[in-house]
Amino acid sequence: MTLTLAVVVIIILLYISWIFNGLGTMGLHIFPDVYTRLHAATKCTTFGTMFMSFTVIAYSTRLYIIEGEARFLNMAIHTFIALIALLVTNPTGAHAIARAAHKMGIKPAEAVKDDLEGADLQQKKPVMMKKKDTSNEEGDK
Amino acid sequence: MIEFTTLFYGSALLFGVLIIICALRVFLGPTTPDRVVGLDTINTLVVGSMIALGAAMWETLFIDIAIVYAVLSFITTLFIAKYLEGGED
Repeated sequence: MTLTLAVVVIIILLYISWIFNGLGTMGLHIFPDVYTRLHAATKCTTFGTMFMSFTVIAYSTRLYIIEGEARFLNMAIHTFIALIALLVTNPTGAHAIARAAHKMGIKPAEAVKDDLEGADLQQKKPVMMKKKDTSNEEGDK
Repeated sequence: MIEFTTLFYGSALLFGVLIIICALRVFLGPTTPDRVVGLDTINTLVVGSMIALGAAMWETLFIDIAIVYAVLSFITTLFIAKYLEGGED
């Protein structure tokens, strides 16, 4: 393969993918806490796999432009759908893990400030009680 | 010059090594959410290596399997988080 502009762009996208996946895995072992580990691992790994998908999309599109067969375009479209599925599902799962960890009562490490400390995350029941109380009072008056 | 197929096989190999390093966190993790974070990272890396192998072997089927794997691992993570929260909600 000769070094045209498209080949250089594809190789740069591939290297970005490798670097970010490596950084995410490093952060999983360096950080001291569940929340910081979640931050490092989920963000960096999602970004790296996004760039892996971009690499495959660019590679397939280049081969489709050169050779003109439909199977290359097919590969690009399928990879794009995989990219969208990854983008929708991955941050939602990370948010669910962080919420479960906070509800289990795991404290952040000392360097981190907990903004939700003492906050009542289940606000449905007190609000319902207040509404009932006010309606009773108004009924009495 | 290196061919693209070699680069994609190499990236699948690199992702495999990273998966083993993440599995260390799953075994070592002090608390249960640490293990779940490691498992979630492993799932994302498996999807990436499936995409790389699909491009290396020119199999579109691998990428379809990667889509289904991403959605199923998302559902698994949600159920584990629901179980960890406890309570009746």
